[in-house]
Amino acid sequence: MMLPRSRFPLALAGVVAALAILVAWSFTVGRFAVAPSDVVRALWASLFGGESGLARNVEAVVLQVRAPRVAAALAVGAALAAAGAAYQNLFRNPLVSPDILGVAAGCALGAGIAVLASLPIAAIQAFAFVGGLIAVGLVVAIGTWIGGRDPILTLVLTGVVVGSAFGAGIALVKYVADPYNQLPAITFWLLGSFTGALPRDLPATLIPIALSVAVLWLLRWRIDVLALSEDEARSLGVDVRRLRLVVIVAATLATASAVSLAGTIGWVGLLVPHAARLVTGAAFARVLPLSLAIGAAFMLAVDTACRTLFATELPPGVVTAFIGTPAFVVLLAAAFRRSA
Amino acid sequence: MVGRALARRLLVPLLALLAALPAFASREFIDDAGRKVQLPDRIDRVYAAGPPASVLVFALAPEKLIGWTRHFRDDESEWVPRKYADLPELGRLTGRGSTANVEVLLQAKPDLIVDIGATSATFASLADRTQAQTGIPYVLLDGRLDTTARQIERLAAVLGTPERGKELSAYAAEVIDGLRAKIARIAPDQRPQVYYARGPQGLVTGLEGSINVEMIELLGARNVAGGERGGLTNVGLEQVVLWDPQVIVTNDPNFYRDVWKLPVWNSVGAVRKKRVYLSPHLPFGWFDFPPGANRLIGLAWLADILYPDTFHHDLAREVKRFYTLFYHQEPADAQVERLLAEPGVAPR
Repeated sequence: MMLPRSRFPLALAGVVAALAILVAWSFTVGRFAVAPSDVVRALWASLFGGESGLARNVEAVVLQVRAPRVAAALAVGAALAAAGAAYQNLFRNPLVSPDILGVAAGCALGAGIAVLASLPIAAIQAFAFVGGLIAVGLVVAIGTWIGGRDPILTLVLTGVVVGSAFGAGIALVKYVADPYNQLPAITFWLLGSFTGALPRDLPATLIPIALSVAVLWLLRWRIDVLALSEDEARSLGVDVRRLRLVVIVAATLATASAVSLAGTIGWVGLLVPHAARLVTGAAFARVLPLSLAIGAAFMLAVDTACRTLFATELPPGVVTAFIGTPAFVVLLAAAFRRSA
Repeated sequence: MVGRALARRLLVPLLALLAALPAFASREFIDDAGRKVQLPDRIDRVYAAGPPASVLVFALAPEKLIGWTRHFRDDESEWVPRKYADLPELGRLTGRGSTANVEVLLQAKPDLIVDIGATSATFASLADRTQAQTGIPYVLLDGRLDTTARQIERLAAVLGTPERGKELSAYAAEVIDGLRAKIARIAPDQRPQVYYARGPQGLVTGLEGSINVEMIELLGARNVAGGERGGLTNVGLEQVVLWDPQVIVTNDPNFYRDVWKLPVWNSVGAVRKKRVYLSPHLPFGWFDFPPGANRLIGLAWLADILYPDTFHHDLAREVKRFYTLFYHQEPADAQVERLLAEPGVAPR
C-alpha cells in the first residue's frame, strides 16, 4: 500500500482534488435550498464586487452561514490533523492526539468560566483560547521544573495530571452553574459545533492556525529528527529542547484556536496522521501536507453531514467518534499486519 | 384490681392510637407521581428541592420556606421582602446534580420536602430514596404550566393554607383560561411562527413538548422547532434562516445585543421587523427559567407580543398585581418602569 516516494505528489494532488470537489458540494447543500448557480453568483459578487441580484436571505445563507462554516471546518480539520501529526512525532507515539498536553481541558474550563459569568460569545471564545494556553503553559513549566532523564515521559505524565485537574475545574463549574440556563449552555459548548461560526470569528481562528501551520511547515525536516533519541539528534546539530518547545507552542496555538471555535472534536488529530502515514510513509515533510488536506476534507465532510441531515444539528464530535472508531481499527489492522 | 389496672394501661394507649388514626388517614396525600405520603398534622418548615418549588412555596406560605436553592443576587432581592431574600442558601436536590447537603438539610429540620417538575420514575424514585434516608415526607408535584392552578391548590392543601391557595389558583386560572379563550378565536394563520433563542449564540432551542417552550405552546403560537418532540437542541443558523420566524424570544442579553449587529440575522423576518424580545428575569424569569409559576406574569407579556391586535395588557398594572400577590411586596412605580423599559421588553 505504501507509495514510492515519487508517487507522493500524485497522492497529494488526489486528496486536494477531492477536497476541492467537497468544498463545491458543501456550498450547494444545506437545509435552505440554494441553486448552485446562485451560490456562484453570490460568491462572485462578494469576491469581485457588484450586485448578485439575489434575495437577501439567499445571499446571507451563502455568504454569512455556509462560507464561514466551510472555512471554519477546513481550518479546524487541518489544524487538528497538523497538531496531531506533529505531536505523534514529538512524543514518538502513534496514539497521541492534540490534547495530550491538556489543551482541550484548558479551553473547556476557560469557556465554562466565561459562560458562568454570562459573558458574550466573543469573550467565551477568548477565555477558551487563553484557558488552553494556560493549561499547556502549566504542563511545560511543571515538566521543565521536574526535568528528569526522559523529558517526553515527564511531559506526558504532567499533561495527564494537569488535564485531570482542569477536568475537575470543569466539573466544579458545571456543578455551580444555574441548571436551567448556564448548565445547558456549558454542555452544548463542550459538545462542540460549527453552528456559531460567523465571519467575524474567522480572523481570530484562521490567523493563529495559519501561523502555526507555517511554523510546522518550516520545521518539517527537523521534526523528523525528534523521532530519534536526544543524543542522536544533538549529533545532527539540532537543539532538541528548543525545537520541542517551538513544536508544542505551534501545535497548542492551532489546537486552542480550533477548540475555542468549534469545541472539543476528537479523533481527527489521532486518525488523520495515521491515514497520511499509511499512504506516504513516516517522513514528516510528506505527512504534514497530506494530513492538512485529509484533515480539512474529513472535517468538512463531517460538518456538512451534521448540518444537512436533520433540522437540528448533530454534534460533529459525536460523528467523528462514530466514524473514527471503526476507521481506526481498520487503519491499525492495515498498519500492524503490514509490519508483521 | 390488678386486672383493671392492666386493662387501663393497655386501653389508654389503644384509645389514643384509635383517636390518632383518623388524623393520620386525613393527612395521607397521594402526590402526582402516585406516591402515598404521610403528612404531619402541622407543617411549619418546608424545604423546596428546586427553583420551581421554591417559587410556589414562597408564594403560598413564605413564612414556612426555610431557604432557597441559591442566594438572591442584589438586583433580585429588591423585589421581595428583605426577610425572605435573606433566607439561607440550602442548594437543590436533584439526584446526581444535587448541591444540597443532606446533613445541613436535616439540621434545618424541615417538616416537608416539596419538589415541582417532572414526575417520571427517575424523580419518583429520588423522592422515595430521600424520604427513606431522611425520614422527612417528600411530595412531588407535576410542574407543567397548564396545570399551574391545580399545582397551587394541591400544594396549598399540603401546606395547610387553603385560602391562599384559592386566591392564587384563581389568579392562575383567570390568566390561563382568559388568554386561552381569546386565543381560541384567533385564526390559525394569524398565529405567529416563534423561535426561542437560548444561549449566547441564540442557537439552542426547545423542541415540541419541551418544558422550555411551554409558554409558546400554551399561547397557541407555532414553535418553528416544534416539528420534532424532545428537549433542548442545537440548531444551525441556516435552519433558522429557513424557518424565518416572525417572532424571536430570548433570555440571553448577550444574544439580544448581538442579534442586531450580525448581518446574517438580518435576513430573518423577526429581526428585520424588530420583533425580537428579551425576557425580564427579576426576581424570577418571565419565560422558561425557572419553569415555575413565575411564568404566569410572562404569559400576559408574551400574549401582547404574539398577538398585538388582540391583547393590550396594562403591563405595569399586571406586574404590580402579580408581584404583590406572589412575591408579597408591591413594587414601586419606578421599579416597574425600569423593568419594562429594559431593551427588548416592551411588546411594541
